[in-house]
Amino acid sequence: MAEKIKIGKTQLNLLEKLCNASGVSGDEGEVRQIILEEVRPYADQVQVDALGNVLVTKKASTKDALRVMVDAHMDEVGFMLVADDGEGIYRFELVGGLDVRQLVGKAVLVGKDKAPGVIGARPIHLTTAEERKRKIPLDQLRIDIGPGGKAKPGDRAVFATRFKRVGPSVFAKAIDNRVGCAILIDLLKNSPAHIDLCLSFSVQEEIGLRGAKVAANYFKPDLAFAIDSTPAHDLPHYAGEENIFYNTKIGLGPALYTYDAGTLSDPRLVRFLAATGESGKIPFQYRQPGGGGTDAGSIHRQQGGIPSASISVPGRYPHTSTMLMRVEDWQNTLRLLQAALERISPALLAEDRP
Amino acid sequence: MKSLIQKLTETFSPSGYESAIREVIRAEVANLADEMRVDALGNLIVRKGTPGGKRIMIAAHMDEIGLVASHIDENGFVRFTTIGGVSPQMLMGSRVRFFSGAPGIIHTEPLEKPTDTPSVDKMFIDLGAKSRQECPIQIGEVAAFERPFLDLGDRIVAKSMDDRIGCAVAIEALRALKNTPHDVYFVFTTQEEVGTRGAETSAFSIDPELGFSIDVTGWGDTPGRKNFEMTLGKGPAIKIKDGGMLSDPRIVAWMIKTAEKAKLPYQREVLLGGTTDARAMQLVRAGVPVGCISIPCRYVHSPSEMVDINDVQNAVKLIVELLGKPVEL
Repeated sequence: MAEKIKIGKTQLNLLEKLCNASGVSGDEGEVRQIILEEVRPYADQVQVDALGNVLVTKKASTKDALRVMVDAHMDEVGFMLVADDGEGIYRFELVGGLDVRQLVGKAVLVGKDKAPGVIGARPIHLTTAEERKRKIPLDQLRIDIGPGGKAKPGDRAVFATRFKRVGPSVFAKAIDNRVGCAILIDLLKNSPAHIDLCLSFSVQEEIGLRGAKVAANYFKPDLAFAIDSTPAHDLPHYAGEENIFYNTKIGLGPALYTYDAGTLSDPRLVRFLAATGESGKIPFQYRQPGGGGTDAGSIHRQQGGIPSASISVPGRYPHTSTMLMRVEDWQNTLRLLQAALERISPALLAEDRP
Repeated sequence: MKSLIQKLTETFSPSGYESAIREVIRAEVANLADEMRVDALGNLIVRKGTPGGKRIMIAAHMDEIGLVASHIDENGFVRFTTIGGVSPQMLMGSRVRFFSGAPGIIHTEPLEKPTDTPSVDKMFIDLGAKSRQECPIQIGEVAAFERPFLDLGDRIVAKSMDDRIGCAVAIEALRALKNTPHDVYFVFTTQEEVGTRGAETSAFSIDPELGFSIDVTGWGDTPGRKNFEMTLGKGPAIKIKDGGMLSDPRIVAWMIKTAEKAKLPYQREVLLGGTTDARAMQLVRAGVPVGCISIPCRYVHSPSEMVDINDVQNAVKLIVELLGKPVEL
C-alpha cells in the first residue's frame, strides 16, 4: 500500500479556497474553475458537460480495466434573489434544503462579485415577547445589500462565513460538499494504475441529484462511490438518556451508508469498504439507516444498473451558515477510499448481489 | 401451486437483499429458461422464446417490505426504520427475522394513552440479547416479517403475497408456455417497494417493445370498504390506471380481447393510489407500451395478505394466452 496520505497545508489551503467560493446549485462556475486548475495536470481527460459537471478520467495502464466512478457534488445550498424591492433590498427564495429559522440575521455574499449583504430582521428593541416566540416566514425576510449595488433577480447568494481552521476542527460554509471535492482531487493525484478512475464533480445535487444522473450515463462505470458530507447529531443528551438518533458522530471516521431515502447501497461494496477499513486499521462508522441521500440515489439507477455505495465525512450543522468538521474524519475518509481503490478488483462483483 | 406459493412467501427477502428469494426462484425456473442472468441490481432475468421475436418484458417483484436496524442500545434493544410502506399499527407484536437469521419481536416504549398508535421511533426490536455486545446483529442489517402460510381453501393467506404471488404466476406461466413467437423476458425484479428501482434498470438493458407487470392490487370486498370494485375470486384484474401509470389502451384492449376469447374471468382495475413496476418500464429510454395484470389482494402490506387461488390460476392462463399468439398493437 502507498504511503498513508496526510491532510497537510496543501489540502487545507485548497479546502479553504473551495469552501469560500460561491457555488449555489446551477451556478457552480467558481468552484468548477478551481477544480479544473487542480485536476488538469493529473488527468488523461477532462470534460465539462452540458450541465456543468466536471468529468475527469485517469486511465489504467492496462486495457479493459475496472471502471470506478467516484462522485462528489460541487454545489451548495443557498439563495436566489427573486424580486427587487428597491434601495438594495431583495426578496429571495431558498435553493436546496435550508431551515428558515436559521437564516435571520446572517451575513451573505450576493452574486459573482460577492457583494456583502445581510438577511435583516427587526432587532430586539422593536419586537414584542410574543413576536420573538414565532418563526419569521420566508416571505417576510429580505436580503439587504444597501443602495448602489448591482444585484439582479436571478443572482445567487451564499452565507458569508469564511473558512477557519481551529485546532483539530474546521469551521466553514459549504463543507457539504467541498470536502468531497477535495478528497476526489487527492484520489486523482494518487490514482492506482489498475483501474480507470472516473471522477465526477457533479452539479445540482442539492436540488435533486441532477448532475450525477447524466455523469453516470457519460462514464457508464462498473461501480460507483458517492462521496458526501452527512450530519452528526452527536451532542450529549442531558436527560441522561442514550442518544439513539445521532445519524453519525464526529471523530469516528468516514460514515458508510447501508440505506437512505434514495439508495440501498450495494452490500458487496459496503462489506468491501468495511473490510478495507478493518485491514488498514482505518476507523469508520455506519451512518444510521434512514432519510436523506446522496448522488448514489441517481447513479445506481442509470443504464442497466450501477452497483453503488455512499461514504460521507461526518460534520455538525450542515446546511446552516457554519458547519464544523474534524480534519481527522476528512483524513480517514480519504485514507479509506485510497486504500479501497488500491485493492479493488473485478472479483468484487463476480458474485451476485446478496 | 399452493406449495410453490408457500415456499415463495415463507422466504425472507426485503428490498435490496433479495438473494434468498432469487435462489428459490432460480431453482424453479432453471429448467424452463432458454437463458438466465442476474444483473447489477440483483434482478433475475429469465429469457424464453424465439430470438428475433417481439421483446416482451414481464415484471414481478421479488422483494418485500421490511425493517432495517438503526441503533443497538446498551441493553441490546434494536431501534429501526422501515423499508417500503410499513404502517406502525401492523408492527406491534410482530415477529421479524434478520438477514443473518436472527429472530426478534417488536414492542414499544410506554404510550401516553394505551389507545395511541405508537410511532416507529418509539418502537424497538427485542432479540433476547442482554447487552449491546450480545446482540447478534449490526446497524444496517435488514429484517422481514415472519408469518407462516395459511391455507383456507380457495383463499390463501401469507406475508409478502405482495408480490410473491406475482412471482408464482410468472413461474407457472413460464412452465405452461410451451411455444411463443415472442422473445419473452420474465424479470423477477428487486427494490420495487422502495421505488420500482430494479424494473427501471432491467427495462433499460432489455429494451422491450412492450411489457406488463404482475402485481397485487387492493380490494373492495370487506366491511366498510368503498369506492374500489376489486373482489376476490372474480378474476385477475386488468389495470386501466393506478397512482403512477396509465396503461397503454392498446395493451388493455389486447388483454381484454384475449381474456374474453379464452372465456377467462377478469375485472377492470382503476386504482387511485400506488403503482407497480410497469411505471418504471413505461418511462425507460424512449418509452414502452405497458400494462399490468393484478391479483386482487386483501390486507396488502400487512403480515397477513389474502388472495383467491382461482384468480391466481386464471392470471396464469391469461398470460399463457397472451404470449402464445402474435400481437400487433
